[in-house]
Amino acid sequence: MSLMSLTAVELGKKIKAKEVSVEEAVQAALDAIAEKEDKVNSFVTVDAEKALERAGQIQKDIDNGVLSGPLAGVPVAIKDNMCTKGMLTTCSSKILGNFVPPYTAEAVRNLEKAGAVILGKTNMDEFAMGSTTETSFYGATKNPWNPEHVPGGSSGGSCAAVAAEECSYALGSDTGGSIRQPSSFCGVTGLKPTYGTVSRYGLIAYGSSLDQIGPIAKDVTDCAVILEAIASHDKKDSTSIGRDSYDFTSALTDDVAGMKIGIPRDYFGEGLGTEVRDAVLAAAGELKKKGAIVEEFDLSLVEYAIPAYYVIACAEASSNLARFDGVKYGYRTEEFEGLHHMYKKTRSEGFGTEVKRRIMLGSFVLSSGYYDAYYLKALRTKALIKQAFDRAFEKYDVILGPAAPTTAPRLGDSLSDPIKMYLGDIYTISVNLAGLPGISLPCGTDAKGLPIGLQLIGDCFEEKKILRAAYAFEQTREYAHSPLAADVML
Amino acid sequence: MKQFETVIGLEVHVELATKTKIFCSCSTAFGGQPNSHTCPVCTGMPGSLPVLNKQVVEYAVAVGLATNCKITQYCKFDRKNYFYPDNPQNYQISQLYLPICRDGGIEIETEDGVKKTIGIHEIHMEEDAGKLIHDERGENSLVDFNRSGVPLIEIVSEPDMRSADEVIAYLEKLRLIIQYLGASDCKLQEGSMRADVNLSVRESGTMELGTRTEMKNLNSFKAIRRAIEAERQRQIDLIEAGKEVVQETRRWDDAKEYSYAMRSKEDAQDYRYFPEPDLVPVIISDEWLQEIRERQPELRTEKLERYKREFHIPDYDAELITSNKKLADIFEATTAICHLPKKVSNWLMVETMRLLKEHEMEIEEITFSPENLAKLIQLTEDSAINSTVAKEVFEKIFEQDIDPEKYVEEHGLKTVSDDGALRSTIEKVMEENPQSVEDYRKGKKKAIGFLVGQTMKAMQGKADPGMVNKILTELLQ
Repeated sequence: MSLMSLTAVELGKKIKAKEVSVEEAVQAALDAIAEKEDKVNSFVTVDAEKALERAGQIQKDIDNGVLSGPLAGVPVAIKDNMCTKGMLTTCSSKILGNFVPPYTAEAVRNLEKAGAVILGKTNMDEFAMGSTTETSFYGATKNPWNPEHVPGGSSGGSCAAVAAEECSYALGSDTGGSIRQPSSFCGVTGLKPTYGTVSRYGLIAYGSSLDQIGPIAKDVTDCAVILEAIASHDKKDSTSIGRDSYDFTSALTDDVAGMKIGIPRDYFGEGLGTEVRDAVLAAAGELKKKGAIVEEFDLSLVEYAIPAYYVIACAEASSNLARFDGVKYGYRTEEFEGLHHMYKKTRSEGFGTEVKRRIMLGSFVLSSGYYDAYYLKALRTKALIKQAFDRAFEKYDVILGPAAPTTAPRLGDSLSDPIKMYLGDIYTISVNLAGLPGISLPCGTDAKGLPIGLQLIGDCFEEKKILRAAYAFEQTREYAHSPLAADVML
Repeated sequence: MKQFETVIGLEVHVELATKTKIFCSCSTAFGGQPNSHTCPVCTGMPGSLPVLNKQVVEYAVAVGLATNCKITQYCKFDRKNYFYPDNPQNYQISQLYLPICRDGGIEIETEDGVKKTIGIHEIHMEEDAGKLIHDERGENSLVDFNRSGVPLIEIVSEPDMRSADEVIAYLEKLRLIIQYLGASDCKLQEGSMRADVNLSVRESGTMELGTRTEMKNLNSFKAIRRAIEAERQRQIDLIEAGKEVVQETRRWDDAKEYSYAMRSKEDAQDYRYFPEPDLVPVIISDEWLQEIRERQPELRTEKLERYKREFHIPDYDAELITSNKKLADIFEATTAICHLPKKVSNWLMVETMRLLKEHEMEIEEITFSPENLAKLIQLTEDSAINSTVAKEVFEKIFEQDIDPEKYVEEHGLKTVSDDGALRSTIEKVMEENPQSVEDYRKGKKKAIGFLVGQTMKAMQGKADPGMVNKILTELLQ
């Protein structure tokens, strides 16, 4: 059995108890990567040498008692949109194909301080734009449950790496569901924290007002432990919020008695797969059995979330991605005549179709004469959606629903119809618009054996409530290792 | 002949005197090796985020209060999107929707003594861009991001000015206020103050505004004056020839005294402004506003009154000295040491001004210390040196800020006040010039002047002329 089949916390305990050395743990991850990458393509960059070197240092720090936290020595994979000093950071784009950042993202630094060993950078939809990890310049990532299917996205590489057991855990980022949806498709647990909880410093922005970094792991306990490590009030990020408490693990009690759980009827309408619906409602039933009060209610405005999201995220993206111009870093076209030609050619060649589509959409909605009709209207919609959640959280501790309408689609099926792909984000997007925390965890599989994800949404700063509910539900089932993870165990 | 009226509004950019940049902690110091004052934030590295420098807000509010603006206590930053290599993110963080100050105005007085108020539409905060350096062969352009992220405020006036005189009066007043606040040194030549002139003409008596042009690249008051005259004439010529004035941005070439069109309204860019999502709104609480208000330094008008009251110097002196913050600072510091305000004022108004003119320097470039000027004044006050020597020593102070006491000592410039030594020199001079002595005694009193001169010469200028006069008169009797 590979050490990678353990949860991060389990492995951390073994390292601390000296049952396993950091080097052994890191080597196990590197072996798994070497064996599975052909089949899954989770990584853009793997730096074995650096990881092993770091393993040695961490082992010393553990031996000296400098490091004693639960994640010390545990190998991690980082989504390729977080800057890592001295390590290629591409956002899965050609345009950043040669970009080596001079600094490290704050969330990653926090992990390093906790003794994490970085294995490499995971594949994603280019600039986090997509729901399938197929828009990567470095090839699509495959779903470890079935290589014919997508892992979801945009943090598909991170989720697939965790599900394929190429690492103990991973960091992802979530702008409209990019942690929760691929977690659902890959049968792992992913948490999107309240906006402002994890510093965005060093996260290459897609939609700045919506982006948030979060953990992806095998279980709820890991997510809580990782969140404690990465969350911080960072003065380098003006939108970072100082929280009263950074304790999340104390919520991990199997006790939901009296907890009020709301199920939005709006989330169970047209477009939701029957198998997904049944699995999610069955999960609600389990929580009810444990003493939770489960009720249906009308959230409202759900249908406005997708248009509002695509207007706001693309508007911000059109500006955020303007810096990739061939002048300072990254790809520059070989031949050009003059500055403007260089800009156009570099960006035409450097960005993929989906990124260009969103830049154009964003530029359009910000154009003079359209700003009020689109951008301002989207901002007003965003505020109304937040109000709808505020009303819901006056009555409920947690909102329960699916993470995605279906299980993972087949490779190639989504990109041909972008609107359909955008509609797949319906259950995750409003959480970002309202800045709320949300978690996705496995709650079953469909007839094809593909995982189904349960989503729990909390009010701002109420991560502990969703962690508690998720932990309680998790106790009712066994963690299912993906076939690709199991392969190696044979 | 038709009569035309010129209508002018100004957009003035002022670099604020903060030690660090507006959104990162890099130095704002002028000069330095290219790209040495940079970091991931001010070079637009992916993932970097801006953090607002509080001092920028305080300076902007201080300028707003001093120009009678309303302060926007909930204000925001917006992104102005455009591609240019000196702009590392390809957007500039500025303010469009909720600028920090609005609806102010200042009173100006033109040279002919006419007073009027020039309205200020708004003041907003923004970041400066880097600098492009084109190589000599014209093959490559290089970017220096040292200036990227240096804080600016843009002060947008109402179109209330009618002549170059009013424009200069407005700019001088604005500069004085900002200098007094310590918010900027406002040097036009170095670009820490930049003015763009929006100008249109209309037939006298009509209310409707004509089509305006925006003039850029104005690096001195002289250039501004010349550009206004030229643009006014250019627009009148067009109208009189039956042609239309095109709304466009023009660039002034001061050497050729000519402007050319940079871009017209048709190719005006759509900046796609939207609220900056990486920054939170700036909330200026009543308490903070009050703190800034209480910290406002004494401005010119108040200082002028105080000088007259406290130092009893003439109106003319007080006006001249307070017309420049640096001059006023030197005046006060020197007076605090030597307690001779009128003497200090004389040195500043006469010799200092003469030397500035001679060296083609601005008041801001003065390097001498109040301590040394005070010592010099004390030396003359004690009659240790005479006025001729004092002027000579002051030149050294002005140029190298030397210690006058040491200098006078080392160069043996002390006035000889030893009565005996002086008396014997005078006697010798009288012996050598019997004709003059006789002339004087015969009633040609003017002859004494020659004898004083000869004595001073013999004493190498180190004698007190009053004393020489006294002894001579006595001996000639």
